[in-house]
Amino acid sequence: MSTTGLLEARPSGPALSCEGVRVSFRDIEVVCGVNLDLGPGEWLGIIGPNGAGKSTLLRSIVGLTNFLGTVALGDGSAPGAADVALVPQFPVLPKGMTVAEYVLLGRTAHLGWLARESQSDRQIVSSVLHRLELSAFADRFVSTLSGGEAQQVVVARALAQQCPVLLLDEPTSALDVGHQVSVLELVDDLRHTEGLSVLAAMHDLSAAGRFADRLILIDHGRIVAQGAPAEVLNADLLSAVYGTPLTVQPIDGELVVLPASRRQEKEPS
Amino acid sequence: MANASLPTTALKEGDTANSAVQRAFGVSGTASFIGIAVLAAVALLSAISGEAGLPVSGIFASLLDWAPLLGVESSLSDQQESILFQIRLPRLVLGMLVGGSLAVAGASYQGVFRNPLADPYLLGVSAGAGFGAVLALGFGLDLGWGPFDTVPAAAFLGALVAVLASMAIARGGGASPATLLLGGVAMAALFSAAQTYAIQQLDENRAREVLSWLFGQLNTTGWKEIWLLLPYVAVCGTLLFIHRRHLDVLRVGDDEARSLGLDPVRSRLTVIVAASLLTAAAVSVSGLIAFVGLVVPHIVRLLISHSYRVIVPLSALAGAAFLAFVDIGARTLLPGKELPVGILTAFVGAPFFALVLWRDRWSTS
Repeated sequence: MSTTGLLEARPSGPALSCEGVRVSFRDIEVVCGVNLDLGPGEWLGIIGPNGAGKSTLLRSIVGLTNFLGTVALGDGSAPGAADVALVPQFPVLPKGMTVAEYVLLGRTAHLGWLARESQSDRQIVSSVLHRLELSAFADRFVSTLSGGEAQQVVVARALAQQCPVLLLDEPTSALDVGHQVSVLELVDDLRHTEGLSVLAAMHDLSAAGRFADRLILIDHGRIVAQGAPAEVLNADLLSAVYGTPLTVQPIDGELVVLPASRRQEKEPS
Repeated sequence: MANASLPTTALKEGDTANSAVQRAFGVSGTASFIGIAVLAAVALLSAISGEAGLPVSGIFASLLDWAPLLGVESSLSDQQESILFQIRLPRLVLGMLVGGSLAVAGASYQGVFRNPLADPYLLGVSAGAGFGAVLALGFGLDLGWGPFDTVPAAAFLGALVAVLASMAIARGGGASPATLLLGGVAMAALFSAAQTYAIQQLDENRAREVLSWLFGQLNTTGWKEIWLLLPYVAVCGTLLFIHRRHLDVLRVGDDEARSLGLDPVRSRLTVIVAASLLTAAAVSVSGLIAFVGLVVPHIVRLLISHSYRVIVPLSALAGAAFLAFVDIGARTLLPGKELPVGILTAFVGAPFFALVLWRDRWSTS
C-alpha cells in the first residue's frame, strides 16, 4: 500500500487566496479586510491573541460564517469540502462511533447521491489509517481515545477528505507538550509527503515559529505583521499586540517566545 | 503466485490491519442475514398460528402454486386458501410494513434530533392523527375519497397538520433540533387536549370505537391497507435509506458537518419530512403502536453498531419482525378475542426499554 500519492496533482499558483475578507457579528467587525495567499506546499501560521479573529477567518474560508470579500482556490473557484479540510479546535467525538467510521466521515463530499461508500472510499480510509499508524485503533470508539490519539484521528479524517489545503484551528491547544509536538510533526510530515498546503491558527508562538514557513500576526481582525518567522516574532511587536512583555530568544537555532519576567507580567498594563 | 516476491510477514500484517479496518466499519453481512432469517421464521410462525390450523406444507405448496412454471398444486382447501391469502398474509405483511416503517422513522428521528429518546411520534404525529380520527369517527366527517376510508384519511391529515405546525413554530425559532422538539411537544399537548375534549363529547359506543383505534391494531380488509401504505414505504423508505449516512455526519454537529460537505439543514428537513410522512401513513392504517419506533433502533444499536449506516436498514428488518411477532400474540393469546397490538408492544417494549436504559445508560451524544 502506498503511503504517498493520496492527492492528485494540481496546478501551481497559490493553493488558496483570500481577498478583503470581512466578517461582522451584528455590527461588530471581527475580521476587517484580510488578504492572504497560501502557496502550494506552504505552511502559513496565523498568530494573534484570543479574539483576534483567527478562528473566524478559518471558519469563513470553509464557509461556516457569512463574509464579504473573496476566498478562492488556485483556479479561481470557491473552495468546497473536497478542496479545503478543517481540523477544528474542539472536535465532536460521538459516542459509539469507531475510528474507521469517524475517518469515513471525511469521504462525505466524495460520495455519490445514493450515499453509499465504495470500496475505494474504504480503501482510502484504510490507507490513511495505515499512513498515520492508526490501523490498530480502527475499531476503537473515538470517545475512548486520549487527547493525542483523538487529535490524530481528526487529522486522519481531514486527510481522508483528500483536500490539497488543510486548515488547522489551534490543533494542539488541548494537548500536553509531547503530543503537541507529535501532532504538528505529523502535519509537517504530511505536508512534505502528500504535498499539502497548511493554514494554521496557532496559539503556541514558539511552535508557530518552528513549523511555519511564514507567519501572519492578526490583532483586532487586522493583519499587523507578516513575513518569515524571524521577522514576525519580534519581541516589541508581540509585546504590544499581546499586551504583556514578551522576549524572543534563539535556543538551538529556533526562536522561543517567553514572558519577559513574572514580576513585570503581573504589573497592570 | 503473483505476490510471491513480497515478504509474507508484511502481507500478513497488512491483512490483519485491513480486516480490523473492515470490521471497524461496522458493516455486518451476518447481521443482515440473521435479520432476514428471523423475519422469515416469524412470517412462517404467523402463517401457521391461529384457530384454523394451516399445515406448513400446504402453505408452501400454496405459495409455490402462484409461481409460474413450477407446476406445484396447492393442497389447501378453498376455505384454507382464503384464510391464508385474505386474512393471515395481508395482516402479516401489514404488520411487517408498519413495524419496519415505525422503526426506520424512529431511528431517523433519533439521528436527526441526536436524542436517544426520540420516537416517531415526537413531533405530534400521534396526537394529530388521534384528533383527526376522533373527528372522523365521532362526528361523522366524510373525508373518504376514492380508495381512502374516512378514518385513515382523517388520521393522516391530522398527523400532517401537527407535524407542519411543529415545524412552522420551530422555523420561527431558527429550525435547530431543540426548537423543533419543543414545537413538537407544544403541538402534541395541544392536539392531545383537543382529542380528549372531543372524546368526552362522544357517546359511549363511539368513544369505545375511537379508543380501540387509538390503542393500535392491525385489522385488515384484504390487501387494501397494504396498497395504501406501500407508496409511502417505497418513497419515504428509500429517502431515509439514502440519507442514513447523513445521520452519521450530523452526529459531529452542524459546523463540522458543513465543513465535511453536508448541508445539515437540508438533510435534517428531508429526513424529518420523510420520517413524518411514513409515520403518518403507518398510523393512519394501524392506529398508535407504541415502543416499536423507540425500542427497535436501540436493540440494533446495542447489538450491532452505533452507525446509522447499519441502524437504519437493520431497524427496518428488526421492526418488521418484532411487530409481526407481537401481533401473533395479539391474535392468539385470548381465544376468540383480540388484544390491541399497541398494548402488547408496550407491555413487551416498556420492560425491555427499562432494561436497555439500566444496562447502558446511553446518554445524549
